[in-house]
Amino acid sequence: MLNLPAIFDNTKVYNNMSKDIRIKKGLNINLVGAAEQTTSKAVLSNVYALNLDDFHGITPKMLVKQGAEVKAGEPLFFNKSQEDMLFVSPVSGELVEIVRGARRRILTLKILADKTQEYVAHGPLDLAAMDAESLKAFLLKSGVWPFVKQRPYDIIANPESTPKAIFISGYTTAPLAAESDYVLQGKEAELQAAITALGKLTPGKVHVSVGKSDNSPLEKMQGITLHKVSGPHPAGLVGTQINKIDPINKGEVVWTIAPQDLIIIGELLLTGKFNAERTIALTGSVVKAPKYYTTKIGAEISTFLYASGVHQDNYRLINGDVLTGAKSHPEGYLGFYNNTVTAIPEGDDYEFFGWNKPIFNKVSTTRALTFSWMQPKKKYDLTTNTNGEHRAFVVTGQYEQVFPMDIYPLQLLKACMVKDLDEMEQLGLYEVAPEDFSLTEFICISKQPHQQIIREGLDLLHQEIG
Amino acid sequence: MGLKEKLHQTKLKYQGKKMAPAFNAIHTFLYAPNETTHSGSHVRGADDLKRTMNTVIMSLVPCLIFGMFNAGYQQYAAINGFPADFSIMEHFLTWDNFLIGAATILPLVVVSYGIGLAVEFVFAVIKGHEVEEGYLVTGMLVPLIVPVDTPLWMLAIAVIFGVVIGKEVFGGTGMNILNPALTIRAFLFFAYPTWMSGDKVWVHGAVDGVTKAGSTDAISGETVLGYLAQGNTAEMAQKYDLADMFFGFIPGSVGETSTFLILLGGLFLIFSKIASWRIMLSAVLGSLAMGLIFNGIVAAEWIPEYSKFYSLMSFEYWQHLLVGGLAFGIVFMATDPVTGSQTNRGKWIYGFLIGFMSVMIRVFNPGYPEGVFLAILLMNVFAPTIDHYVVRGNIKRRMKRLKNATIYPKVTEGAEALKTETV
Repeated sequence: MLNLPAIFDNTKVYNNMSKDIRIKKGLNINLVGAAEQTTSKAVLSNVYALNLDDFHGITPKMLVKQGAEVKAGEPLFFNKSQEDMLFVSPVSGELVEIVRGARRRILTLKILADKTQEYVAHGPLDLAAMDAESLKAFLLKSGVWPFVKQRPYDIIANPESTPKAIFISGYTTAPLAAESDYVLQGKEAELQAAITALGKLTPGKVHVSVGKSDNSPLEKMQGITLHKVSGPHPAGLVGTQINKIDPINKGEVVWTIAPQDLIIIGELLLTGKFNAERTIALTGSVVKAPKYYTTKIGAEISTFLYASGVHQDNYRLINGDVLTGAKSHPEGYLGFYNNTVTAIPEGDDYEFFGWNKPIFNKVSTTRALTFSWMQPKKKYDLTTNTNGEHRAFVVTGQYEQVFPMDIYPLQLLKACMVKDLDEMEQLGLYEVAPEDFSLTEFICISKQPHQQIIREGLDLLHQEIG
Repeated sequence: MGLKEKLHQTKLKYQGKKMAPAFNAIHTFLYAPNETTHSGSHVRGADDLKRTMNTVIMSLVPCLIFGMFNAGYQQYAAINGFPADFSIMEHFLTWDNFLIGAATILPLVVVSYGIGLAVEFVFAVIKGHEVEEGYLVTGMLVPLIVPVDTPLWMLAIAVIFGVVIGKEVFGGTGMNILNPALTIRAFLFFAYPTWMSGDKVWVHGAVDGVTKAGSTDAISGETVLGYLAQGNTAEMAQKYDLADMFFGFIPGSVGETSTFLILLGGLFLIFSKIASWRIMLSAVLGSLAMGLIFNGIVAAEWIPEYSKFYSLMSFEYWQHLLVGGLAFGIVFMATDPVTGSQTNRGKWIYGFLIGFMSVMIRVFNPGYPEGVFLAILLMNVFAPTIDHYVVRGNIKRRMKRLKNATIYPKVTEGAEALKTETV
């Protein structure tokens, strides 16, 4: 039976411009230690910290002194080159320490949390009445702006630019990463508020991608262009989706935002409170009981890591997923953008004739006495070993197998290495972020640091061309 | 203290010293290093360059072993004539054949690896980089693409030339423009042309004047291509049939004679995803195309039978793949990723032209016993140009897209523009 009204109601959602994206090139890395879909509340952290490395390219100017009392959502510092961009405290408490590095560069801000949390109250908002400029000003001063990232350059969005579109990926393909479908459950109101607000900031579309499974809360959103994505990693990376939906040209700007950050923006818009709470996945083969926890940005990782327990002592803790996360340690803090924390064994051991014996316990895209092609479903317990030494680029045609964008990955990497700005531009550096090269880095036979090369290339291009 | 710990201690002792690369080369040969990731992806795939090179070497071993038997067999056949009732077990896979072959070929392997790796180690120590694995394959290829009776001193000089001029001056493995193994082969050919061509060097003992059984005639070992270049098609056909050519019971460079084993090696390389099937397939197509053209010229009677090109031109087009080094070159040399085309589309063009030119050189220049090494070296030089145009295609697509770009002015720029308008 044809249900006409329902179809009409959904015309806004299922815009006829939406297209399904099927990615063929890629590689799913199946790892041991996926998070079980149950959520516990993490023990409250005593100290919360903001790691300034999370905000690439931002030079902070402090607004409060060490020892000051701050509320949750109260500004701690601003961006030197964009003074109205404020960065706020995730909790209320005392700013107990400003950790500085070489040349007094600020590395970390530590806040000792109060027992009862106080929030900066941003008063009631009339979202419908707000125009783009007032909305922008509000997002900037309330501290949620840094969640909005831009391409080109993969940096916090420049509020002075107008994006041609906004992209949100609700499809998870990265190994052991928090499942978007799961962590977004029950947050429809917040997501919708955030999406409606962001929609005002672009004259273009808000592209939202979800998996084929039909259980993402993002599917029901109004005012979006929905895309169904399928295929192996990196199908879930927003960069892949941009490339397939509406690739970035020179001079164009698009904004991207991770769905879990939409919840914080949405809650702020609905309640006027900056609530840094987030559901994260604790994963990895070292974790005894990998599962989801609710905690806050900047929380001590130990508050949930030891609740799940670890199998061994010699492990690497990663703020993020295994391909793109930042190296951390059990005494570290949850990153500003992360909703995954991974613990995998360190691989700092030698392997006798490791270069020529048959390999059954590692992932490979070749069949050079490597046998992962025989068991595509097998879950692997990978370590941090590089499985070989750094070499010049030798093998060709290998990255293309896992790189679905219409870009020549090897040539772009080489252009970045020799700092050829014209070539970088022409080969599509504007379209990529370091994370898009995480998979080519994973399979690289020459063990080249792809993400670092791309990061440096983007920084150079940003600095030279702006 | 086990070997692992001992080596670890020694490594720490050598760290930062001049000899560190030399020690590390041996250490990493025994043990995959304990290196962990420090930037980017925290986990890495299983493959490294050593494994990749090792896979190529594995695919070459059957050719090497066959070459040893064949060297013995060709000498036996040259002295005693080809056995009428040829059986593989009785006449080919014999202990005698193997020993004669091993005694002539193993020294080639030892010299190739010994001298080549020595040069690599010296360069690694001087320049302070790790010893790279490129030579593991080159060192294996070199003895397989030279004639059996290549003097060791010639080989040594050629290897030094090839590694230094062909590779190290460009910055080592991954930076070279020409295939080092072919540079070595080309050096041998052009530096010692009288030695490296003709009918003597292909059969062990022929140069030294070993005589035929029951006569004082010195033995000779003309290759199939040699016969054809001289127009002795009939004599060639009487000596070797198609099966001989396919399975490799013919004179030639050490490892190139058995198209069958080369095919197996090629299939293994394609299956293991180490070498490019695109290059192999397109090179085969290219050589077939050129062969067909020549066959067509003969069929159209455009050239007279007494022409010196006639016998090579009329040689059945697909049989070109069975004789000479063409198949070996296509499978193991053209697919070198460093010197070949790097884009998938470029690989099609690059491979096709290699096959095409190999047969062309073979037919038009009987002075050269084989054209494939020249064709590959030539295309090595053109590979970057091919890639350049393939990549331009991608850039053009991006430029075309740019016309429809939606670029909004920056908020401040917009305001400024507005200001100037009102003024």
